[in-house]
Amino acid sequence: MGILQSLRLRFQRQRCHARAWRKSRELRVAKDRTKLIKPGDILVFSTFRNEAVRLPYFFQYYRDLGVDHFIMVDNDSTDGGGDYAIAQPDVSVWTTKHSYKAARYGVDWLNYLQRQHAHNHWTLVVDPDEFFVFPYCDTRPIRALTDWLEASAIRSFGAMMLDMYPKGPISAQPYAAGTDPFQIACWFDPGNYVIARNWQYGNLWIQGGPRARSFFADTPAKAPALNKIPLVKWQRGYAYVSSTHMLLPRGLNRVYEEWGGEKTSGVLLHAKFLDTFSAKAAEELERGQHYAASAEYKAYHDGLSKNPDFWTKWSERYINWRQLEILGLMSKGNWA
Amino acid sequence: MSSLGFVMLCHTALHRAAQVARHWAERDCPVVIHVDRQVTRVRYDAFRRELADLDNVRFSNRLRCEWGTWSLVQASQTAAELLLSEFPAVRHVYLASGSCLPLRPVDELRSYLAARPMTDFIESVTIRDVDWTVGGLNDERFKLRFPFSWKRRRFLFDAYVELQRKLGYRRKLPEGITPHLGSQWWCLTRQTLTAILQDPRRSALERYFSLVWIPDESYYQTLARNYARNIESRSLTLSKFDFQGKPHVFYDDHLHLLRRSDCFVARKIWPRANRLYNTFLTDDAAINRMAEPAPGKIDRVFSRTLERRTRGRPGLYMHSRFPYPDWENGKTAAPYSVFHGFNSLFVDFESWLARRLGTVVHGNIFDPRRARFVGDVPIYAGCLSSNATMRDYNPEHFLTNLIWNTRGELQTFMFGPRDSQRIGSFMASDSNAQISVITGAWAVPLYLSNRNFAEIRTEAALLQRREIDFVNTLRHVKSRADIRIWTLAEFIEEPMENLQSILDAAEGANALRLTEAPRMADLSGFAAFLQSLKNQGMNPMTVGDFPQEGLVHRPPGDRNRPYLVN
Repeated sequence: MGILQSLRLRFQRQRCHARAWRKSRELRVAKDRTKLIKPGDILVFSTFRNEAVRLPYFFQYYRDLGVDHFIMVDNDSTDGGGDYAIAQPDVSVWTTKHSYKAARYGVDWLNYLQRQHAHNHWTLVVDPDEFFVFPYCDTRPIRALTDWLEASAIRSFGAMMLDMYPKGPISAQPYAAGTDPFQIACWFDPGNYVIARNWQYGNLWIQGGPRARSFFADTPAKAPALNKIPLVKWQRGYAYVSSTHMLLPRGLNRVYEEWGGEKTSGVLLHAKFLDTFSAKAAEELERGQHYAASAEYKAYHDGLSKNPDFWTKWSERYINWRQLEILGLMSKGNWA
Repeated sequence: MSSLGFVMLCHTALHRAAQVARHWAERDCPVVIHVDRQVTRVRYDAFRRELADLDNVRFSNRLRCEWGTWSLVQASQTAAELLLSEFPAVRHVYLASGSCLPLRPVDELRSYLAARPMTDFIESVTIRDVDWTVGGLNDERFKLRFPFSWKRRRFLFDAYVELQRKLGYRRKLPEGITPHLGSQWWCLTRQTLTAILQDPRRSALERYFSLVWIPDESYYQTLARNYARNIESRSLTLSKFDFQGKPHVFYDDHLHLLRRSDCFVARKIWPRANRLYNTFLTDDAAINRMAEPAPGKIDRVFSRTLERRTRGRPGLYMHSRFPYPDWENGKTAAPYSVFHGFNSLFVDFESWLARRLGTVVHGNIFDPRRARFVGDVPIYAGCLSSNATMRDYNPEHFLTNLIWNTRGELQTFMFGPRDSQRIGSFMASDSNAQISVITGAWAVPLYLSNRNFAEIRTEAALLQRREIDFVNTLRHVKSRADIRIWTLAEFIEEPMENLQSILDAAEGANALRLTEAPRMADLSGFAAFLQSLKNQGMNPMTVGDFPQEGLVHRPPGDRNRPYLVN
């Protein structure tokens, strides 16, 4: 990397921070329990809007993994999700009525809060419909992973987003708050992902899965990115550039091995496709608050109105992380 | 009084160290503990208070310890001296760390050692035989000086090593010692240990070893060779290192693996592995087995992870494995077979081949309209879509995905100049590909078609151009596939022989003889068709010397043999 390039990226990182600072004025404290955060605690950062039905299981799942504190941004929820989050003993909540899109899909808000509260903590940045799976997660808490990463001098940990879907039309089985969404959406595409390298930031760009084949078959370049780096030992100077797809400094994006081996990695199970989705897609389309002027949601909406069923005879039913490991969707690397 | 005493070096997770020390001390094994000076006074005092009720636990003077430096040896020396002088009955001294955990009852260890009263258990191998050192400093550990900390002053460390290499500096070894290396966790007899600690040359030897790189892996290991009567060159502590030289950590889910290893002590244990601590520190079962430690099974588990981390699974591309070109250790996951031009020449070639091989045979999976998977299904293994736009977005990953998704099942597919050609160079450079080519076969469907000759002529020119490009790619010096190329004229002289040679190569020597032949397209009049192409100024040269009078057998000669490009 040349000096110029490196200066340019540094400038961009500083711009991210300046932006986050500016956007932080849109945030209002609803409940600040950050005093409870102890050194070494593992934190979850998340933005949500009208996710009351998902939040109970979300909190439960990450508490069971061993997360110590949640920092949430409530983007103008009207379904009581905000109050539910505020009532939790280990959750701090900020609210905002401002545009999710103008805050670069929440990245600015979270960058600001991470800069304030995440310094020197392992942080997991996930949406309420993303569930982190890592090697041995059925027998070891997340702290076993972060301790090991720390001892191995690894600062960031990659996880591919895996879209989960039910068998049959997605509206067929209603989701009840507090239940495991993967009892319903337990199927996934095991092997149709394509990867390219982003030379500028050093991250991989992964596309594929049910969304790509159902909604973007004729425009595959526009299919959503599935590469994510959700778990980072956060330092004040770090910044997410675009969702959790890439970070600066760009060394943090090197979560993959280039010389033949496999680094340790996980998966984010994505419980987007539940019966709640159709309403969500219609609402998001209305608001125009998602990526690429909601092209994705538009495609969903068009596709969904035709009663979509992602299931095929080649879909795989989710069992556990070992299955994902064997399928090559994640790797133990040298963690034994 | 007990014949076995422990020296423990501790710096973190003191509550766990206290638990283990208590376990040993309560079972009549004296313990001397060294706590790193970097541990705060408050925590150290709390730690001492925790063990205050035990009269056979002592604390040695605290030193500031740093990985890879002499301070670790010093700490073990002072602690061992204290143990030997305070507990005269001790016959064997066991060096352990604060993250060690006993896996078998102390009594078993005690009787194991009592049965071998004069044996020193210390891994000690000459530097020539070692391959586990990290950083390339093998021989140079003993020949250069290392005054700078590797952890804190990496730049100075590296620069000083480089300087000494440039100047050709070599330290002189003290007389009478042969450098040996080994695990720093040992169990020595009083005799050997006192001989090392009371050596009249001790200060001279210390001056030498204090500037050796990682002396805790070489000081005792080298000197024991001079004094021990009977060395068992292995450590009684199970300790595995990964490819970065960092110890593997044991968690609760390793319980059964650890139990079956029959090792006496394991390191290092994750401090929060409650189940391991609860299980192994509860009261010992009375069974006194004399089983030999057998770390083999654990070794295998860990060497698999090493393989996974350094070489990975061939043919897998994913978010934590994306190798540079030529670093894939196999571009695809398994062998596959490609037939170029065969389904133009033969009618129903795919179904014939499927019957013959007893496996799945796809059509042209790079057909520009859609991937022709077997049975023309819209979606195939791994939820791979047959959509041509999606496939052509990244044809290389389309192919690697197909091969990965069907591991354990031979993939065979058709290819031809009418297909999307981008995949050609990838297949040519893939050693898993078996590519059989009949050049000029594209002319057969044109001949059989009922189209205007001007159209046919244009298309023939295009197809021939593409085919020549493909064949040139296959013949490129970098191609690694198993390649066979015939012209159409050559192939039809001995079609059965040629097919047999392909199947033999794919299946190995035991392949059955072909009995049923695929049905060839009717080629009467084909020669005239080729002639009229020539007359129109388009030379179908890739067809080869097609005999004017139709199919006649020429005498066999070298030019009839398929040529192998390998």
